[in-house]
Amino acid sequence: MESVLGRYRNLIVLVLVLFAQLLGLAVQVKRGNSNEGQDTRLIRIWAVGALSPFERGVVWIQNSSRNVWHNYFYLRGVRAENRQLKEQIEQMRLEQVRLTEDAAQARRLQNLLGFKEQFIAKTVAAQVIGSSGSDLSRIVYIDKGENSGIKRDMAVMTADGIVGKVLLVYPSESQVLLISDQSSGVGAILDKSRLQGVLRGTPNGEVTLERVMSDEQVQPGETVLTSGGDQIFPKGLPIGSVTKVAPGKDLFLNIKIRPAADLSKLEEVLVLVEKQERQAVADVHERVRAADILAQRLPSVPDKPAVDPNAPASTAGSTSATKPASVAGTVNGKPATNTNAAAKPNTGIATQSVAKKIAPAGQQASGTSAVNAAVKPKPMNSSSTQTNSAQVQGGPAIVEEKPAAPSVTPKPQTPAQDNSPQ
Amino acid sequence: MPITYTSNEQVEVYRFSIPVAIGVPLLALFLQAFVPLRYPRFAVYVDLPLLVTIFFAMARRSPIAGLFTGAIIGLAQDMLGHNPIGIYGIAKTVVGYGASSLGVKLDVENAGARFLVTLGFYLVHSAVYFTVARGMVNSTQGWSWLHGILAGLVNAFIGVFLYFLLDRFKQRT
Repeated sequence: MESVLGRYRNLIVLVLVLFAQLLGLAVQVKRGNSNEGQDTRLIRIWAVGALSPFERGVVWIQNSSRNVWHNYFYLRGVRAENRQLKEQIEQMRLEQVRLTEDAAQARRLQNLLGFKEQFIAKTVAAQVIGSSGSDLSRIVYIDKGENSGIKRDMAVMTADGIVGKVLLVYPSESQVLLISDQSSGVGAILDKSRLQGVLRGTPNGEVTLERVMSDEQVQPGETVLTSGGDQIFPKGLPIGSVTKVAPGKDLFLNIKIRPAADLSKLEEVLVLVEKQERQAVADVHERVRAADILAQRLPSVPDKPAVDPNAPASTAGSTSATKPASVAGTVNGKPATNTNAAAKPNTGIATQSVAKKIAPAGQQASGTSAVNAAVKPKPMNSSSTQTNSAQVQGGPAIVEEKPAAPSVTPKPQTPAQDNSPQ
Repeated sequence: MPITYTSNEQVEVYRFSIPVAIGVPLLALFLQAFVPLRYPRFAVYVDLPLLVTIFFAMARRSPIAGLFTGAIIGLAQDMLGHNPIGIYGIAKTVVGYGASSLGVKLDVENAGARFLVTLGFYLVHSAVYFTVARGMVNSTQGWSWLHGILAGLVNAFIGVFLYFLLDRFKQRT
């Protein structure tokens, strides 16, 4: 007996070790996915704890060296980029105004219907510090954990779109299951066709939309959003776009999705730590129009004393054009009113000229539209008047220094021309 | 490409200092977890912990030491993922046992032998992993010979250079 044990000692040890691991595996599988990873939490903490300091260190060194390079050495093109970004901000502010109108309308309608919706209340930014290292387990580790208020099943996203959900939480790290993992599932909805499905990962790391019936029409390129049905991701977050639609099995379509967030190169992510569910409330604030925003960005039209329509034409016509003092008059605390700007095309041209002179390069592009906005009649309200007067108080010194724009030539104008509404 | 049989008397058995025995597998695990963040294909084609397992198992030439080396490294790799712990552990236990048993019988000091041994054990590792994952964990992972051979060749190529690098840490018993 002893000789048999001695002879097959290696093999016996191998069998015992394999058996022990198989037994452990079977126990974990039997307990199921309901407590995914919780029963092995302690040993996972050990493994993560052993590696994460190195990962944090390398990420820190990497970021520091990159910051030094980008912030102190590689500044080529920053001015041009800055100018472009300013222009972009202007465009986005205008777009924002339009979207705000749409959102306010949607909220009013939702309020009427008694809808409840989820809002992102608080997010925590985190750095991606590691991965599983295996293509069969598509997870990443982030450098924020319980200590930062992160809990299991919280949504993780980037500015581009959703990334995944928090699977396991350790004191200082968290494990995030990516949407490309085959065990993940996200409630999704197609933006245009409003078809709902379930987003799943595949073993080779692709993302597919399942449970869409094959008789439905889905076009490649269509945007996919979260549906909110999974109770993890709030409704309406971007997921990606459809890349390929093919007939699948069991009467369902096989829809491949390209995630909006680049899952293969994640660096920073946002963890949604707090959601608020509340009934939509119609926006009671006063509307802000694109013209108002542009009016804030530019010096306002000089205030003009009231013109007596019965006065002689030469006197009335020369009021605004020949008197730079009227500009200074605006500076001296008189609230600017938009009616003057709206009513007088010549004044508008003067504003454009002045604006071009004093505005930074990035703002000049919007000068024309600013004038267009300025000449458009708009309702007077207290808030816009206050805003404009504040703007005038803030920026008139420049106007005083350059009172005479070349386009403003002192010529007599008729009262009818001055006051004609546009 | 000589793969020569050696008698037990001719076989050199090596050992490693504790920092190397612990540090090298840890470094391999760290790189395996970190590099894919920048180069996602790395995780698809390269398995550094497997290469380290094969190297230590072949150098120690003790099947029991080899299987325990494989088991520990494999289990540690399992802990970094979200799948149940033990899939990599079982696969690498088998590889560790096989590599050390082979190391006793073959001269695996030359590059050609190392290349072939690594290629072969990569396929064994993939097969065991695939079987356990499909059979026990209900994974839908599909088997691809093309991917297996391609990844095996990549690992074998990297392994040859890695083994020569790690040879410097060997200590004769």
